[in-house]
Amino acid sequence: MTAQDAAPALRRRRTRGWLPRVATGLGGILVLAAGWELYKLLGPDDGVVVAGTRILPRTTDLAMPHIWDMLARLGSGTTRSNRSEPLWFDVLEACITTFGIAAVGWLLGVAVGLGFALLMQRWRLAESALLPWIVLSQTVPLIAFAPLVRSWGARIEIGAFEWQDWMSVAVIASYLAFFPVAVGALRGLQSPDAIHTELFHSYAIGWWRTLLKLRLPASVPYLLPALRLAAANAVVGAVVAEVSTGLQGGIGRLLIQFAGQASGDPAKAWGPIFGAVALGLVAAGSVALLGALLKDYRREEVNG
Amino acid sequence: MTAQHAVVVDTVDKVFGTGERRVVALDKVSLTVAAGEFVSLIGPSGCGKSTLLRLLADLDEPSAGTITVFGKPAKQARIDQDYGIAFQQSGLLPWRTIAANVELPLEVHGVGKRERRERARELLELVGLADFLDKHPDQLSGGMQQRVAIARALAERPKLLLMDEPFGALDEMTREYLQGELVRICAETGAAVVFVTHSIPEAAFLSDRVVVMSPRPGRIRAVLETGFSSADRGAGMREDPSFFAAVTRVREALGAAHHEPEALGAAHDEPTPHAEPVA
Repeated sequence: MTAQDAAPALRRRRTRGWLPRVATGLGGILVLAAGWELYKLLGPDDGVVVAGTRILPRTTDLAMPHIWDMLARLGSGTTRSNRSEPLWFDVLEACITTFGIAAVGWLLGVAVGLGFALLMQRWRLAESALLPWIVLSQTVPLIAFAPLVRSWGARIEIGAFEWQDWMSVAVIASYLAFFPVAVGALRGLQSPDAIHTELFHSYAIGWWRTLLKLRLPASVPYLLPALRLAAANAVVGAVVAEVSTGLQGGIGRLLIQFAGQASGDPAKAWGPIFGAVALGLVAAGSVALLGALLKDYRREEVNG
Repeated sequence: MTAQHAVVVDTVDKVFGTGERRVVALDKVSLTVAAGEFVSLIGPSGCGKSTLLRLLADLDEPSAGTITVFGKPAKQARIDQDYGIAFQQSGLLPWRTIAANVELPLEVHGVGKRERRERARELLELVGLADFLDKHPDQLSGGMQQRVAIARALAERPKLLLMDEPFGALDEMTREYLQGELVRICAETGAAVVFVTHSIPEAAFLSDRVVVMSPRPGRIRAVLETGFSSADRGAGMREDPSFFAAVTRVREALGAAHHEPEALGAAHDEPTPHAEPVA
């Protein structure tokens, strides 16, 4: 090494340990819980009504059960029957079912989104032809076409393969999941600077190898948030699709079912809500694991 | 044209845009670079020096005239990897280690893994960075990154190096140090170099010949022989009267090339992406 290089710019990412991060996360939940209980304690029973419109909810046990009641309810039986599983168990089971469907929807959405992004990167014409439709696709309300997908699917029967209802749900979930992937991947694939694309041009190699060696690796910092968003979208899509297609066994069905029992058992309705929240977090967190595996490809991002 | 010439540029025009926005970047430019020769292109903004380099690299095509690199059309020379190229920015891929960055051109052309590794080690020794094989670009200083980029440009043993202000973004001390390194590397590899620069001392120090260009339209004003050999180009040469004389000659030729004040020149930017540092 020479004097000129004696001070290499050794930049390190300033990472916080896991403990402060977990503490921050838990702190956030505690603040939320405290806010809930505080409003319940101090707010008027009938909520806050301004000019005939209720802008803050009622604080009765029916509308806003105590946090501890909700948590306690998770531990007791789903029904009054002796043979009933505890509520948390049924919620967990439903979550696993929905997670599986959402995962299939996510994979499908990622594949379709990546396909669109590649198409649009390769041909500018495809970008101007497709991108407006891709954006427009997300303005169609999910509930409007969920029953359609189901009835189309019901007509599909190829040899031994028979369309299952959960597949309709996965397709609908993928419809929400593909969007951030298509947009994020396109931005990522287009992200290499002129200097890099010209360097690869000077190497006289084709589109395909430039894709593998330059565009795909360069797209990782854009792709990871898109995949995380897609995971959350897939969960939301799966839950909504379960409700609107009436699929049994998932968390969406449980949400509706228990909400119907809320007048008699208000804390019970919150079980599947907690489940759905946890499900979204687990789905997004799984993508974070993927990010850890690809950390070398995020150097620009973490140092930028 | 003969094959012993590294580069032959024959009455080349390059025009960007049409109508009102028509810019003549190069006007009937002819230039020959011998094998192993170091030629600098110098001139004010908009003189077309970077454009000319891009034409040699086949990153752009001339509007008229022909460009021959080692007796072949520029496109064929690019396909045959007859040249290595370095830009003002190092253009290293941040997700690759230093060694993997140097290996990149070999990797995309199907050279085996062990051979690649060996060659990368050899090249990084040549540029004095053998200890940094497994580091990533963000762990290196700007000067070190630029040395890696030069090593990468040399990976396929090209007989021609195209360099577009490779030291333009570096501080003066690093710049002079790397100039010395480049002289040594060129002597060791025997490659011809076409070197675009803004710096008069840099051109005078490095070059066998300095090509002075003038803008609007881009033309070659003068070609100066410095008369230095690579043995002359030690640290002591920078304080030698012969070096000052060369600097003065380049400066005077540049002065003659300036027909209009620099303030006017600044209004027109050179129509190439890597032409000037982004202020």
